[in-house]
Order: sequence, then C-alpha cells, then structure tokens
Amino acid sequence: MIRLTGIMRTFVVGGEEVRALRAVNLEIARGEYLSIMGPSGSGKSTLLNIIGLLDRPNAGTYELDERNVTALTDDESARVRREKIGFVFQFFHLVPRLTAAQNIELPLVLASIEPAERKKRLARLLAEYGLEERANHRPDQLSGGQCQRVAIARAMSMGPTVILADEPTGNLDRHTGQEVLSVLERVHHSGGTVVIVTHDPEIGARAHRRLRVLDGAIVSDDRN
Amino acid sequence: MRVADLLDFAWQVVRGSPGRTLLTVLAMGIGVAAVVMVTALGEGARLYVANQFGSLGTNLVIVLPGRSETAGAMPGVLVGKTSRDLTLEDALALKRSPAVRRLAPLIVGAGDIRSGARNREVPVLGTTAEMLDIRHMDMARGQFLPAGDPRHSQPVCVIGAKVASELFGQRPALGEWVRIGDRRFRVIGVMARQGESLGMNTDELVILPLAAAQALFNTEALFRVLVEAKSREQIADAKSDAEEIIRLRHEGERDVIVLTQDAVLATFDRILRALTLAVGSLAAISLAVAGILIMNVMLIAVTQRRREIGLLKALGATGRQIRLAFFTEAALLALGGAAAGLAVGELGRRIGIEMYPTIPFQAPWWALVAAPATAVITAVLFTVAPARRAAMLDPVQALSRR
Repeated sequence: MIRLTGIMRTFVVGGEEVRALRAVNLEIARGEYLSIMGPSGSGKSTLLNIIGLLDRPNAGTYELDERNVTALTDDESARVRREKIGFVFQFFHLVPRLTAAQNIELPLVLASIEPAERKKRLARLLAEYGLEERANHRPDQLSGGQCQRVAIARAMSMGPTVILADEPTGNLDRHTGQEVLSVLERVHHSGGTVVIVTHDPEIGARAHRRLRVLDGAIVSDDRN
Repeated sequence: MRVADLLDFAWQVVRGSPGRTLLTVLAMGIGVAAVVMVTALGEGARLYVANQFGSLGTNLVIVLPGRSETAGAMPGVLVGKTSRDLTLEDALALKRSPAVRRLAPLIVGAGDIRSGARNREVPVLGTTAEMLDIRHMDMARGQFLPAGDPRHSQPVCVIGAKVASELFGQRPALGEWVRIGDRRFRVIGVMARQGESLGMNTDELVILPLAAAQALFNTEALFRVLVEAKSREQIADAKSDAEEIIRLRHEGERDVIVLTQDAVLATFDRILRALTLAVGSLAAISLAVAGILIMNVMLIAVTQRRREIGLLKALGATGRQIRLAFFTEAALLALGGAAAGLAVGELGRRIGIEMYPTIPFQAPWWALVAAPATAVITAVLFTVAPARRAAMLDPVQALSRR
C-alpha cells in the first residue's frame, strides 16, 4: 500500500548539506500499526512528512495505493492528502476560532462535500470519538485530550488510507497520552493503518511493528 | 470548496477579530463615503443650476444690451465702445422673426411702495402681459398685467406674495391702491409663492406695465428682452434672427448679447460635471490608501496564521483554495466598508439636504457604482501578493513552529 524505494532527502542548512534520509526502503501494508522511533534529528519526522506528501524526496520513488506519487504537482499532492492521509500533530493544530465540530468538518469542506452529507458524517464522527457534548466548544474550552480527539476525528473524516501521527502524546500528560493512544489503537482495530512517530519507548513498544531510525537510515524493523 | 463554505470561512475570520475588521471597514468606509458625498455635492450643484435655468422658462433666448466688441488702444488697456440702449421698439421688432413665439421686454429698478402708513422698498419689474407665460409664473389671486399696446399703460400693478402680506396683512390686497414712487397704482393681482430663482425672488417683487416703469425710472433702456422660440429646434433661428434684427436697427453695430438658455446651461453643465468627476477622483485616492491598508492587514494575517495555513495544506487545501480564502476575506472587508461608506454617504446627503433644502444633493449613479466597485477591486488587487505568499507557504515549516 505504501512503498518507499531508495528515498533520499537532503537539506541545505547554513551552506552545508544535511542528509536527513539516505536511501530508505520501506513497505507498509494496509491495517498495520507501526511506530517510528529515534532520537531528535534522526530523520523520523522527515520520513513521516514524505509519507504524508508534505515533503518531497530528492531521489527515490514513493507509491501510494499502487500509484506513483513521487512527482505530483502541489495541487495534485494536496488532493491526495485530502483523500488518503489523515494527520495528527503534537500541538493538535486546531483552528482556534472554529468549534470542535467545525474543525472536524474542515477536510470535508475543503473537499466540497455537500452540507447534508457532511452533517451525517459529522454526527457519526462526534459519536465515535465521544465529542457530542463538546461539539460547539472552541479549542480553548477543551482539555488537551479532547483537543487531540478532535484532531483524530478530523484526520478520520475523509476515511483516509493512513493516519500519520507525529508525537501525538508529546504535549499531553501520561494518563491523557494513554487515552489518546487507545483512541488511535481503536482506529487500528477497526482496520485503519496507523503510523506513529515518537521518541517515547513505552509508546513505541505498543505498536505491532517498530522501526528505529538513526542518521537518516532505518536501523531496525521489529514485528511482533 | 463551495462558495457558501468559502464565504462562511471568511466570515468566521472576519468575525473572529472584530478590532481588525472594524478598523479596515472604517478605512474603506471613509473612502467610499468621501466619494459619495463629494460627488453628491458636485451633482447637487449641477442640478441646482439646471433647475434654476429651467425655471426661467422653456426655449428661451435672452437679449441683453452690452458691448460685444472691445478695441485695444494700448496693450493692457481695453477701450469699450459705448453701446446703444436696447429699446422697446427694438424688442417689438423681434416679433418679425418667424421663429419667435412671444417675448417680454424687462426693466428692473428699485422703488418705494406705500399703502397707508406702511412703506417698503422693493425691486420693481416693468414688463408686459406675456411675461407670465414665458416665465411660467403663477397667480395666487387676481390677474396679471393686461394685454395691449406696451407703449401705453394703465395704472395697475401685480405684487409678490410677501409684499402683499407685509403691506396688507390679512386684508385682501386686490383692488387696493398703492403708491410707488410718485405714482398711484391699483393692485390687480398677487403672485403665487414661488421662491427664488436665479437671484430674483418673485415673492418680494412688484410688477408694473412696461410704460409705467419706464416713466417711473425715467428711462427708455430695457434691462433685457426675454424671447421664447416656437420650439426647441427654432432656438438657433430665433437667436440669429434677433442678432440680425437688432444689428439692422442699430446701424450695423452688434451691440447686444444674445444668449440661449441651452448654451448657458450646457456650459455650466460641462463645468460642473468635470468638477464633480475631478473631486470624485480626488476622494477616490482615499480608496487606494484603504487598499494599501488591506494589503498590510492581509500580510500580517499571513504571518499570524502560518500554522493555520500549513494545517489547511496538510488537510488537502490547494494553493487556489488558500488564495481564494484570502481574496474572499479581503472582498468581505471591502464590501463591509463599502456598505458602511454608502450608508454614511447617504446620511451626509440627508444632512446636506436638511441644511440646504434648495440644493438637490444626489450622488450620480456612476459614483454609487464606482465607489464600492473600486473598493472591492482595490482590496482584491492588493491581496494578490499576500494571498500568493500564503499559497506558497511550505507546510512543513509552517507547521513546525508553535
């Protein structure tokens, strides 16, 4: 489903070339629960951004659902992101002036889905993530855990191929982090593909497949 | 993105920061209001002049004595030839022109009017019966000057409404005798209230038969002759006939000025239109300034909303959608400003009418269309650069900062 072949990514920082990823090969199958771990600067976020089509490799090919998406235009990759990829961020990234419901609805609005259909999907998502009573609250009236649940519901709203979570618990206390993690695991149990980037070994260990990234290369790939 | 959603999204932004919205709307509003009020003033002046000339009469040709030739004796010194008087005989001769329907010779002066112990100084107008129709004047009571040979006159007069009430109060003025100068006249009519037109207020006027006025002021010279052409098309003929007839009677001298109402009106019209356009354009500069303000506001918005823009891109917004979102926001702000400006402009217009009821303040239709359109167009144009900047934002970088 996701196939990365020979992915290279170099940045130029202060006149020096930094190789963030060097010849990464990776295949992710549908329904996998995968964690990417590694120290800061190891290239794990870059890997996630490339999978999420937010960043482009300097070399290599990326196939998503049997389609080569390596050299799409900006607008094409925006469309692929909209249809197939759900992002969950460390800092939630909710739009502060919009309510929880409006935030969840945002990808549906960008995809020009009819209001009637939107309403139906929204009601289902709110119920599924236990947010019905918070639907009309703004992010500043929600707890961290609730914010992240809104973000996960938003990521799931278009029925994506894969959920990409970048340190989803990094900004939460331990207990809430566990709670958010179990929400993501529920996505996995219902058949979704979940990729989590973290540097918390305890959280990484819960995934069924664990990658370790060091200096821009995958150094281990364990499965249960 | 559906149009309704785009509008809704922009509306959320606009509503989300009321202070910013208020200031932007204010700046745009001032610009639009300035254009509307300034052009309303210009157009009001134009309509005022047009009305004043229109109330003089229709198809009018005005003959006035004067020099149409000046000769220079030395550089910088102009010596005018003395003009011949315009006489009643001259005026009557104009009737020979087939283009002339009727005419009224005029003499103007000031005199004392007395009734019993009451005494008042009034402008006195000497003319003939046809004046009533030429000037479209209305009688309140009684009748106008009797028709007949203008060389001879009866001792009668017609007085303005204000003169009547000042001299006679509630008593009927008709049939009363008044003394003007050293002559006695019987009041045969009272003019209807009409107000001022072109500096002459018929309410304060006393109208005498021409011959009586000539005797009163001891002059043969006419102030002017009002000539009404038979139709609009014959105005030019009437004018050239009048010039020719007077020239022949004055031994070949072109010593009268013949004006057509249309020519005078057209000149004023052109001048005032040009003036309106000029001051309107000056006011429109404030719209450009408001446009620059919107550009600043939008540039700040792009910086402030980096994360949000990054997020939208991550959620699948295309560059076009991001640009559209910013354009919609700018257009919404401009429309708000335009609406506020039109409202304030209308308010200003009403205050103007309240203060100067005789001037028909009315912004011309092109200003009412152009001002809001300019507001929206400048706002969108000035948003091109900020919107581009937003659309080009790298989502990874935009999202990486807190």
